[in-house]
Formats: sequence, structure tokens, C-alpha cells
Amino acid sequence: MEWRHKDLLDISQLSKEDVWHIFETATYFQEINSRPVKKVPTLKGHSVVLFFAEPSTRTKTSFDMAGKRLSCDTFSLAKSSSSLTKGETLKDTALTLEAMNIDGIVIRHWASGAAAFLAERLDCSVINAGDGRHAHPTQALLDGFTLYQEWGALEGKTVLILGDIAHSRVARSNVIMLTMMGAKVRFCAPRTLLPPNIKSWPVEVFSDVNEASKGVDAIMCLRLQLERQQAGLLPDVREYSRYFGLGPKQVELASPNVKILHPGPMNRGVEIDSALADSASSLVLDQVASGVAVRMALLYLYLTRKK
Amino acid sequence: MTNPELVIRKAVWKGEEVDLLVADGKILDIIPSSDAMYEGAEVVAARGYLLMPSLTDVHTHLREPGFEYKEDIASGLKAAVHGGFSNIMCMANTSPVNDNAVITAEMLNKAHAAFPNGPRLFPVGALTKGLEAKELSSMHDLADAGCVAFSNDGVPVKNTELFRRALEYASDTGKPVIDHCEDPYLELGAGMNEGAVSSLLGLAGQPDVAEAAQVARDLLLAEYLDIHIHLAHISCRKSIDLIAWAKKRGVKVTAETCPHYLLLTEEAVEGYGTDTKVNPPLRTADDVEALLQAIREGIIDMFATDHAPHAAHEKEVEFMVAPCGISGLDSALSLTWELVASGKITFDDFIRMWTTAPCETFGLPLNSFKKGDVADFFLFAPDEEWTLSPETMHSKGKNTPFLGQTLKGRVISHFLGGKKIV
Repeated sequence: MEWRHKDLLDISQLSKEDVWHIFETATYFQEINSRPVKKVPTLKGHSVVLFFAEPSTRTKTSFDMAGKRLSCDTFSLAKSSSSLTKGETLKDTALTLEAMNIDGIVIRHWASGAAAFLAERLDCSVINAGDGRHAHPTQALLDGFTLYQEWGALEGKTVLILGDIAHSRVARSNVIMLTMMGAKVRFCAPRTLLPPNIKSWPVEVFSDVNEASKGVDAIMCLRLQLERQQAGLLPDVREYSRYFGLGPKQVELASPNVKILHPGPMNRGVEIDSALADSASSLVLDQVASGVAVRMALLYLYLTRKK
Repeated sequence: MTNPELVIRKAVWKGEEVDLLVADGKILDIIPSSDAMYEGAEVVAARGYLLMPSLTDVHTHLREPGFEYKEDIASGLKAAVHGGFSNIMCMANTSPVNDNAVITAEMLNKAHAAFPNGPRLFPVGALTKGLEAKELSSMHDLADAGCVAFSNDGVPVKNTELFRRALEYASDTGKPVIDHCEDPYLELGAGMNEGAVSSLLGLAGQPDVAEAAQVARDLLLAEYLDIHIHLAHISCRKSIDLIAWAKKRGVKVTAETCPHYLLLTEEAVEGYGTDTKVNPPLRTADDVEALLQAIREGIIDMFATDHAPHAAHEKEVEFMVAPCGISGLDSALSLTWELVASGKITFDDFIRMWTTAPCETFGLPLNSFKKGDVADFFLFAPDEEWTLSPETMHSKGKNTPFLGQTLKGRVISHFLGGKKIV
């Protein structure tokens, strides 16, 4: 399959065939990750800037490792070490980077639409590593890839997304990917943490976590940002944990082989019971491993695309 | 009869070919077209053009003093006169704020120096000192200096007690209060409507109830105090329902809406184009329909541009940090003319919304083509097409979501007080 997309801004740009192709490519690269020498010359001579204007550990490391394992030169730029702190605009930062003739930018930014803003102005590929509340397509792809490796197919499966959906780019991108691949999606969260106009989303919405958990094949917990309490969106963390957190009872109500996912970083004991995070049902570390393979696949496809 | 100094010959007014006779800056007569000779008069051949009374815009931001790089009084007035406007009311959110007579006088001096024969500038004074919504401004001073209304536009007054006192105090000056209706606790300045599109884009949205809640407060206060209030840039059905209810009860309320609320919906924000970021935000197709119906029923009294020019570098940023506002003076006439051409509103509504209602509401010189009216009018080519571009715009602000669009209807020449300005 010839890859023709210039940028990856959200899952909605991809077709089902595109996603399958990413999964197949990632499967191939995952094998490289298990070799004693985990480096191939595939992207030798290519360069990518990892531009993280918002803190990140796993996504940045994952992209960095993905690039290096393909022999791509990766350059890191954080907001604190860039001219953004001197008042430089996003446009000028981007144009400066492109003048250095790079092949791609991986961007994490606090503003929704920031990746699209760059993509409009740059000739090189832009890969969205999370923009505001909008999208986190590489996380959705690695979540999908993790489940694909467990199940073979996502068709007919039901996935419950639990937690602060209103502010979650992971949830937004996952809904698009999971429904495109034939899965059903459920949301469960207090009303204050659900997006407006939820009725137009292709999901079933629950306010009772036990009802929501019944028979589901996977539960994806989202991190609760503790400042939501100060913002007046919930009364306290204890109540949230009790009524909307994932505990053993919900796992009992779910499918016997239920899988547990979390994009991290986790608040153990808040949105997820600590023991469950470490249990055999948990795919949290598989997600991290899948992340490197999926990002290798994405760097490969986007940087070697047919221009 | 006095001899006319100017004759506009064979122009069309309300479907009839007429001659417009002007003397001493006023309309002498409008008569069926003829080939009569008028000795000493300048005769302008106008066959094929519509005759239109000049428009009045009750809501602009001209940015001077303080933000002249976005717009200054001269450039704003230039855009106005090319766009068909003779009267412009400008809001007080300048730097320093127009909350004292010195600033008002300076604004008027600048306007007169740039355009001694018009278009005319009518400043709107700040309702509260520094627009801080803490203390009332010196409204009598401001009115004496030339302010025609008072407003905290851009910074809604959330303290209802203070707003009540402001309405009462302003009423003593005989000048109306213009309220920016927005509950500031509900995502102030989000720049987009809360709903399906904001949800998909992951942007903070402002719900329509943020506007409607404040509209309800204002209407109840206006009724209780028996004082006229003017509601700025109404954008949604809920507000309209409330205004209709109030008008039925006899509440003294007038309301405006802007061209962009009639021509665009929240879908325009997809792609994060910051030129679509405006406050109140672009709403839904249902709101657009409600606004059009409200115009036809007279619930919305007038158009306004809410002309809000910004520099290019201020808008070429992330959506969340971009300032709100659309530069509107250059395009408002053509955009709203499209509503007439497509049959969505009548010609009579168009004239009422742009000329009679704003002038009567704010006591500005009115031209309704009656003998003795001030001779402010323009010749209009209703079918002439032009493209809205940075080159065709006279405002310094090129920030409009209509950029690049082909518009229909254009000002050919514009006369103010009987003198040709354009």
C-alpha cells in the first residue's frame, strides 16, 4: 500500500484500510524490538524534530526510541528550552525549524488545533502527539494495536471508556478509531466530565459505573487531573474514586476475559485500583511496548510517503 | 423652489427611476426622472444604479487611541465610507479607555481632521471607569463631550446591582446603555459555540445560555426600571425568544445582530481558522433561521458590524490564544445585500435595519429620503461582483472569514451632506 498522507492530525483522516496497514507495519517493527540489536537503517539520513510544548514522558520517549531504532536523527525541543519562552510565536518556531530542512515534526501542544496550524504552514510531515483536548491519534492507534494483538479483530467488541472524557484527547481519538474498526464504545463519567452535545457521539453513555461495566470486553481508564476538583467539576477525589473509579466489582461485572487499559500516567487508587493496574488483565505495559512499534510504523510511513 | 446644487439623475429608488435634487447639504426633492436642465447644478448620471440612504453602524471598534496598528480613526472611517456608512458609533475599549471627556474630544478631533465632511464618528462612552465594572463613569461629562450612548462592550458587567445603577444614572443623560450580553462565568471569550463542533474540535465553547441569561437579566431590569436598553450583537434563538416576550410586554428594548451571525454557523470554525473566532461565537443553523425570522418580525431592530479589526500576526496563532473579532465595515453592505437578493429579508427591512432604526434609536442624523433630510446617500451597483481581499479592503484589519469570497453589490459613489466623498 502506498502511503500518501502528508500529516497525521487525527484518526478521522485515516480509513479502515489505513489503520490495518499501520497495524501490519507495526507488527513487523515489533519484531525488531525483540531482537538483541534493536536498530535497522530504514530511516537513515532522515531527521525529525520532537517538539513538545507540553510535558510528556512516555510519548516523547516512545517517539525518540522509535526514531532511533530506525536510524532516524531525532532532535528534541521542549517549550522550556525553546524561544517560545521568549515570546516567539508557534508560526515562527515552526518556520525556523523547517528552514533547517527536516523531514517531520512530532508536536505535542496545549492548544487544540496546534498540529493543524503547523500542517497548514509546513511542507514536512506533521505528526500530532496530542493537541489540547482535541486529538491524540498515535495513542489511539497504539491502544487499537494493543487490542488487535489480543483479539485479532476489534469487530463486535465493546470498550468502556471511564473517566474525564470531556478534557481527554485520548477518548476523542479512540472513539473514532474503535467505532471505525467495528467496536462499540461506552462512556461513563460524572456529567461534569462529559463533553457537551454527548448525544451526537456514537457512544452509549452511563452514569452508573456498574451498569456501564456489564459484559464489556475492555475498560480504558483515563487519568483524573486532580485540579478538576478546584475547577468545581467534582466535589472530592474520594467520591470520584468510589462512584466512577475502576475496582474489582466492575471487573466482575465485565466479560470474563476483560482487558484493562490506561494511557498513563496513572493515579493509582483514584481512577484505577492499584492491584488491577498490575493484574493479569492489565495491558498497561503492553500499551507502552506497542507504542514504540506503532510510532516506528508511523515515522516510516510518513517520512517515506509517496510525494 | 431653491435651485439644486447637485442632481443625481435617473437613479432607481424603490423601483422607480428618479432624480434626486440636493441644495445646502439637504435633500431638496425627489422627483420622477426627467431631462430638465438645472442651471449651475452638478449633474451626476446614475442610470442603472440604486439610490440608497447612507448606512449607520452602531457598533464598531476603531482602536484609536492605543491600538493604531490594528486600526485608527482615519482608516476606520475610510473603510466605513467605502462600505456605505455615513455614521459610525465606536466602542470605548481603547487604551486609554474612552471614559472621560478628553478622550472623547480627541476622538472627535481626529475624525474631523481626517474627514471634515464625514463620515461622522459618534463615540460610545465607557459605562464604568476603565471598563472595570467597579465604578460608574462620568456619564454627563461624556454625553456633553459627544458620546451618544454608554457601554461596557467587551467586558460584561456581572454585578447586577452596579448594572442597575448604571442604567438609572445613564437615563438622566438621555443616552441609552448598550449591553454586551454575556454571563462572564460561562466560558468568557471562548470564541466558539458550545456544541457538536466544539466537542469534536476539543475547544472550550460558550453555550448560548451565556448570552440568553444576561439578556433575561437586562430585560427584567429594563422593565422594572422602565428604562430603554439596547442589546448588542444578539446571536441565538433563546435571546430572540426572550426579546420577543419582552417586546410584547412593552419593555423598552432594542437589539442588533451582525452579518456574520446570519451567514455563518459554528461549522465555519472547523479547521481552527481564527478569523471565525468572534464573541459571541458563531452559532447553529437553527439560530441563523431564528435571527432571520426575528428580522422579518421586527424583533431584531438593526444591523451592526461589530467591526473588530486585528493585526495579521495577532490572528495567525493558535485558536485558543487568538483575539475575538471580525473586520466588518468593508463587507457588511454586500453581505447583507445578499440577504435581500436571496429573498431572506425585504428591501424595507434592509433599509430599516441599516438606517432608520439605528438613527432613531441613538438620535443620529436620519436620511429617509424625505425633503429636508441630510443628503447622505450612495449610488449602488447591486449586481457588480467584487472579491473581498486585503487589497480591496480599506480597513487595516484584514481578519474576516469572508476573505477571498466573491461578493455582489458595491458602492459606486458616496455623498455626505451633498458632497461627494467617494
